Amino acid sequence: MQTHSVLLFRSGQGEVRMTKVRTEQTGEMRENGLQREGYSVGELLRERGVSRRDFLKFCSTLTAALALPPSFAPSVARALDEVKRPPLVWLEFQGCTGDSEALLRSANPTVGEIVLDILSVDYHETIMAAAGHQAEAALDRTIAEQRGKYFCVIEGSIPMKDGGVYGCVGGKSHLERARQVCGGAAATIAIGTCASYGGIAAAAPNPTGAVGVKEAVPKANVINLPGCPCNADNLTATVVHYLVFSKIPALDSHGRPLFAYGKRIHDNCERRPHFDAGQYVEQWGDDGHRKGHCLYKMGCKGPATFHNCPSQRYNEKTSWPIAAGHPCAGCSEPAFWDVMSPMYNRLPSVPGFGIEHAADAIGLGLAAGAAGAFIVHGALNAMRKDKEPGEDTKEG
Amino acid sequence: MSKIVVDPITRIEGHLRVEAEVSGGKVSNAWVSGTMFRGIEKILQGRDPRDAWFWTQRFCGVCTTVHSIASIRAVEDALKIKVPPNAQLIRNLIIGIQTVQDHVIHFYHLHALDWVDITSGLKADPVRTAQLAASLSPWPNNSATYFKGVQEKLKAFVASGRLGPFANAYWGHPAYLLPPEANLMATAHYLEALEWQKDIIKIHAILGSKNPHPQTFLVGGMSIPIDPDSQNALNADKLIEIKRLLKKAQDFVEQVYMPDLLAVASFYKEWGAIGGGVGNYMCYPEFPDASGNTWLPGGAIMNRDISKVVELDQKKITEHVDHSWYQDAGAGKGLHPYEGATDPNYTGPTPPYDFLDTEKKYSWVKAPRYEEKPMEVGPLSRVLVAYVSGHKETKEAVDMVLAKLGVGPEALFSTLGRTGARGIDCLLIARQAPKWLDELVGNISKGDFHIHANEKWDPATWPAEAHGYGWHEAPRGGLGHWIKIKDRKILNYQAVVPSTWNASPRDASGQAGPYEAALLGTPIADPEKPLEILRTIHSFDPCLACAVHVLDATGRETVQVRVC
Repeated sequence: MQTHSVLLFRSGQGEVRMTKVRTEQTGEMRENGLQREGYSVGELLRERGVSRRDFLKFCSTLTAALALPPSFAPSVARALDEVKRPPLVWLEFQGCTGDSEALLRSANPTVGEIVLDILSVDYHETIMAAAGHQAEAALDRTIAEQRGKYFCVIEGSIPMKDGGVYGCVGGKSHLERARQVCGGAAATIAIGTCASYGGIAAAAPNPTGAVGVKEAVPKANVINLPGCPCNADNLTATVVHYLVFSKIPALDSHGRPLFAYGKRIHDNCERRPHFDAGQYVEQWGDDGHRKGHCLYKMGCKGPATFHNCPSQRYNEKTSWPIAAGHPCAGCSEPAFWDVMSPMYNRLPSVPGFGIEHAADAIGLGLAAGAAGAFIVHGALNAMRKDKEPGEDTKEG
Repeated sequence: MSKIVVDPITRIEGHLRVEAEVSGGKVSNAWVSGTMFRGIEKILQGRDPRDAWFWTQRFCGVCTTVHSIASIRAVEDALKIKVPPNAQLIRNLIIGIQTVQDHVIHFYHLHALDWVDITSGLKADPVRTAQLAASLSPWPNNSATYFKGVQEKLKAFVASGRLGPFANAYWGHPAYLLPPEANLMATAHYLEALEWQKDIIKIHAILGSKNPHPQTFLVGGMSIPIDPDSQNALNADKLIEIKRLLKKAQDFVEQVYMPDLLAVASFYKEWGAIGGGVGNYMCYPEFPDASGNTWLPGGAIMNRDISKVVELDQKKITEHVDHSWYQDAGAGKGLHPYEGATDPNYTGPTPPYDFLDTEKKYSWVKAPRYEEKPMEVGPLSRVLVAYVSGHKETKEAVDMVLAKLGVGPEALFSTLGRTGARGIDCLLIARQAPKWLDELVGNISKGDFHIHANEKWDPATWPAEAHGYGWHEAPRGGLGHWIKIKDRKILNYQAVVPSTWNASPRDASGQAGPYEAALLGTPIADPEKPLEILRTIHSFDPCLACAVHVLDATGRETVQVRVC
């Protein structure tokens, strides 16, 4: 096995090196009887007619999504140039396929590039050509032959009640499949709020005993990417983070990457100046609504929600809920279905509400008020973190 | 006779299993099972009715608008709220582009590989492929250079030795009949459609903040403000972008989807006599205008009788659970959605299992019936009802397709008819959508920025008790939500969903559901590779997360919020 490392940058804390294992994938290609060595992502993109310029542009976008400085773009490009399409299996459990649909909308890279060029998506029921036992065989092959090397993405919650009878595929319960597949994965990505924390199925009274992946399979190496659905840009960025740095990104206390969930919506919100100035929407379609004033009084949960929606937006940065005049529903927070609803009720107990107030005081006041009535152990914990996004990268 | 199991049925939404008996090279009996359950309707009890659209939207992330629409309509019906014309038009645009996008994704990404052998495209001559494509359509990408480029990308992909999602499929199956050039053309359009779908759905991002799961619906209207003089509202800039995207949608449907559909269908005409199903078709009226009339009619066609359309009465809808894993509160009788009362009661085999006990209960999907009859819903029902009702644009489009394929209307009652009707539905809506936009622009020009009926927003204005229902024609067919409200909270909520109708198991009298009935007589060339089963099942465009739910009218559960 040959390892290869590239110096990315030096900081006060030391050097950041990118380390790659180069020969394993090649060995597998030889076993398959192919003459040629494995294609790297960069080579494949060129084969598919993607210009170097477009490739570098794509790397810059990813670098931005990862909350890294622009000077990282060449390093991202170099890493992708060397990585051979890592295998990925995608399992859907108690979900609505919304996260798969989000993947279909991804633009940087597009789903076509993800599926054909960047990853080897060996199992994904919504898009795969094979069905029935042939589909199951494809999954079995990847988890046997690529043990320790494949990514597992899980969409949807896992029902634990009554022996898991509330979700089966191929006659096997979701729990059984999760244990089988997560166990051999390099990393498991729980995509969406259901896979992360149980989501809507786990809302009271949780009829099926639904839980998130980490709770169902505690030993799994899980990265949570909540959101309803997850922003596909955050999925791509997580995978690339792993490829570039050879380790999973730094996570907050809810298992979410800091690069995407390290800041409150409220702190990055384009309407924040209106909050600070006491300018609110009072009624749908009123003057304030038309002028883009703050949606706090209409029930916005942005002050208690950690997510990069304001900067990353959706559908190629076209929009996001607050920009389109609707409150944030808090969908990336654990148990938001219960603790953030009713959707149009404003967050409780905000000291000094309606007058200009120091942002942090309101934020902490909110969380303190919320902690009594709400479950949000997360908001408070995460808010107390003094870690900045990107700090996770400052180690070898 | 042998029993085959296809589980998972892939290239659908959700978890679906088929067990089928095959004798003499044909399916002689079939059972369809939904294998996942969440219980969202039970979770809804006790919550704010104004939130219901946001919850029910999570029934499904594929048809990601439809439950929101049905839900706000149900609450508006219960509270007698009249929606402003602008909100109605914005909803029509959202519904319209959802259907157009959904149908194209279904055709290329979920259904095409049942008819198109991608590996055969590697052998195609790009020059002849370009000639074939040019003979069908003026689409600008129809050059030999273009098809050669696609073919070379495919070759490089195959040479990488990692086939990813295309591994282990039924490639080379004798039921694949397209020549290599048609396979290459369709493969190229599979990739183009993948790019196209993410672009045109930006209409949802503009009007709805994002897709999947747009977030600007409101009971009483929409939350996207209108103001041509604001950068934070629907203004000229955004409207012109919607216009551009609608044009892009229409062009692709007219110049790529429809020509491909007709070309592929011309090689598979025998499928115009396979997969007929229950023969009863139902759809709800859709695309309301300001006066409450709808652009497409609702109604039912019974027993393939296209001489008349039967008027619908929502009171005649019931749901049965004789073969579904729920407690039988109706004691063998179907219950109306307002009255339904059911709790999950799994009696199937302990997983892992090889076969379900199809003599007993075998699915999480219930069995809805209209006047005790199983009904097929979806684009075919929509097109048939409009055709028989004399809807002008529908009649012209159906006659054009039948004439091009050289088949009669009876070919519509089939697997191929279902797939063809989806194309017709898509074409009609893609052509209609720009008219809604023009109307919206007209209203704005006259100074009408109204998007929401505010009078009933405050729950204090509501009666102590109310009930209502909302109908919607989703891409996959007739969707109904029924709600009972008590003390400003949801007392009971029930959704009867397109895939519940179509994927229904047998009822008390043993009547098979539409999928099950449609599979009867399907030829099976190789029981190890039941490609033909996928063709018929996919022709319905299954959506199983929607289909499975639970209702409960036995009092409301207090929502327990954990405090820690």
